[in-house]
Amino acid sequence: MKNLFSNVALSVAVLAMTSGMAGAASKGVSDGVVKIGVLTDMSGVYSTLGGKGTQVGVEMAVKDFGGKVLGKPIQVIGADHQNKADIASAKAREWFDNEKVDMITGLLNSGCALAVQKLGGEKKRITMNTGAASTELTNKACTPYSIHYVYDTYALGKVTGQAVVQNGGKSWFFLTADYAFGHSLEENTTKFVKAGGGKILGSVRHPLSTADFSSYLLQAQSSGAQIIGLANAGGDTTNAIKQAREFGIDKKGQTLVGLLIFDTDIKSLGLSVAQGMQFTSGFYWDRDKATRDFAKRYYAIHKAMPTMDQAGAYSATMNYLKAIKAAGTDDPDAVMAKLKSMDISDFFAVNGKIRADGRMVHDMYLMEVKKPSESKGEWDLLKIVKTVPAADAFMPLSESTCSMVKK
Amino acid sequence: MELSFQTVMSQVMLGLNNGAFYAILSLGLAVIFGLLNIVNFAHGALYMLGAYVALLGFTSLGPLIGMPDFHLNYWAALIVAPLVVGAVGIVIEKTMLSRLYKFDHLYGLLLTFGLALIIQGVFTNFFNVSGDPYEAKPEILNGAVNLGFMMFPKYRLWVIVISLAVCFGTWYVIERTKLGSYLRAGTENPELVKAFGVNVPLMITLTYGYGVALAAFAGVLAAPIYSVSPVMGSEMIITVFAVVVIGGMGSIMGSIVTGLLLGMVEGFTKVVYAPASSTVIFLIMVVVLLVKPAGLFGRES
Repeated sequence: MKNLFSNVALSVAVLAMTSGMAGAASKGVSDGVVKIGVLTDMSGVYSTLGGKGTQVGVEMAVKDFGGKVLGKPIQVIGADHQNKADIASAKAREWFDNEKVDMITGLLNSGCALAVQKLGGEKKRITMNTGAASTELTNKACTPYSIHYVYDTYALGKVTGQAVVQNGGKSWFFLTADYAFGHSLEENTTKFVKAGGGKILGSVRHPLSTADFSSYLLQAQSSGAQIIGLANAGGDTTNAIKQAREFGIDKKGQTLVGLLIFDTDIKSLGLSVAQGMQFTSGFYWDRDKATRDFAKRYYAIHKAMPTMDQAGAYSATMNYLKAIKAAGTDDPDAVMAKLKSMDISDFFAVNGKIRADGRMVHDMYLMEVKKPSESKGEWDLLKIVKTVPAADAFMPLSESTCSMVKK
Repeated sequence: MELSFQTVMSQVMLGLNNGAFYAILSLGLAVIFGLLNIVNFAHGALYMLGAYVALLGFTSLGPLIGMPDFHLNYWAALIVAPLVVGAVGIVIEKTMLSRLYKFDHLYGLLLTFGLALIIQGVFTNFFNVSGDPYEAKPEILNGAVNLGFMMFPKYRLWVIVISLAVCFGTWYVIERTKLGSYLRAGTENPELVKAFGVNVPLMITLTYGYGVALAAFAGVLAAPIYSVSPVMGSEMIITVFAVVVIGGMGSIMGSIVTGLLLGMVEGFTKVVYAPASSTVIFLIMVVVLLVKPAGLFGRES
């Protein structure tokens, strides 16, 4: 009797498992809805450059796509990870397990991004990262379901580092934010400065969210370096630049180079302080007619021009939905195969392609901040100095340590 | 970097500059705690509010009142912002805090912490978190002075001087004048002081108003050098609380001296081992709490 019972139980279990697997591989949309989660910093230091604006980008894409894919509705939900990896990971787990979220995007902050991407890999759900910068996402930490969409520290360090060295900025001193992102940015930039014949005279690591940079700036000044490289982001970068002006460092022949700068940072500094600075970006709203058309529609909703994270979230969502349509299913494996084989080409991405390691490579831009006299409006902030082709901007696939890259 | 006399002196000066902010903020906290027994967690948010009053007064007030050419200048902001924020403080005290005096400290702390989150959240919603530029620094404070060992920006020197003046002025009023003795007596034994015909509730309300006005004053001083952003207060407040704890909760002179000293210690750490600069104050706090639990200047009860 006992034997019979356990046999029945076993066969039920086997049946349940196999039917579950069959369900996943079948055509169409699982559980009747495609759900996209925007998990990012909605209230903290990065919320202006990402935040609700990222969700706006995703919602616009869904609307433009028609609100339905394969006849099933598309839903967007958002949450604040507060820049804490444990909160990000708990929220993502809840979304994957209970809310039937199919894809998570946004994910500003490398710490949060790495945690959620790892979980996505375990749960076989797609993450399309538009916010975080660390190259680790497409190297050691890559998964079959992760895509890094907009930019990374390698591209930032390479494009800006090479351009500055070519212009004669041979000796560098770094002010580096003391966490994974800052270290990775400094390391990547150093490599290209040295390759171009430049040298590094020193660096100082400051805690995240430092209000007063004067002490570090004096150290940079006494090093005698021509270039003070800022391997930090957001408020740290703007404070450092502002205070360098105050101490007259720029007048004594030293130049500050911000390695990660968003449009919102330029707004924060004002053109009179920021003018002439060069940096690398994956997107600028005023590049051509297509970007301007998008930006105008975006502005009407969000009352600010889109940053590269926010525009990237639109593009990522749109291409995700296209891939579902082309694959005829929202099954993650089929969608990822589609995403990695199709061309990514829209107003955001030029010559875009998603590689085996999950890196979306596309043209990057060397930007320069306009003089106040050149600016014609509140958001007329930058000009494109140089377009760097996708193949030159990002880490070559052959250097990637991602386990999915066949060597 | 070798520690030459010049290096050490420059860092000490810069530390003194940060210490001036700590002193003026922790002074406000000490006054409020000493006289009201409220741990005012909204202090950072009100500091931020002060900076925004100055910023918006300069950029948006003119257009709002139909005079596009009107800008609230820096000097006026130094007076107006504390008054506006002080008034906000008075409303907070009258409508909310005054109901909590009969309860444990914890309730005041929770209320003000909630207020801080609300104020900061509202500002995050409307303003750039990376900060907005405040370009009203007066011409006369531009440039630098030669101190012999370094070129020191005039504006930072001004911050040190005015902060010290305000701090010691406050100390003098509370510890050395008749008004101050009323205040101190009012907190010691409110019933008795009331019997002498002194309006104690009004005194307490005005004290809270003054405490938060000090925070707003610091906010205006900070506006030209730090980014004016919704999170500027929350970053500052934790350090400032550590300063108050080290100095001794409620000790007026303790908070001023500790603020200045710790600013210098922090500045010095930035040269010796920069990554520790954000933790050194907390390390000192731990040591002080172990050795002298009432703080450096606090009285053991």
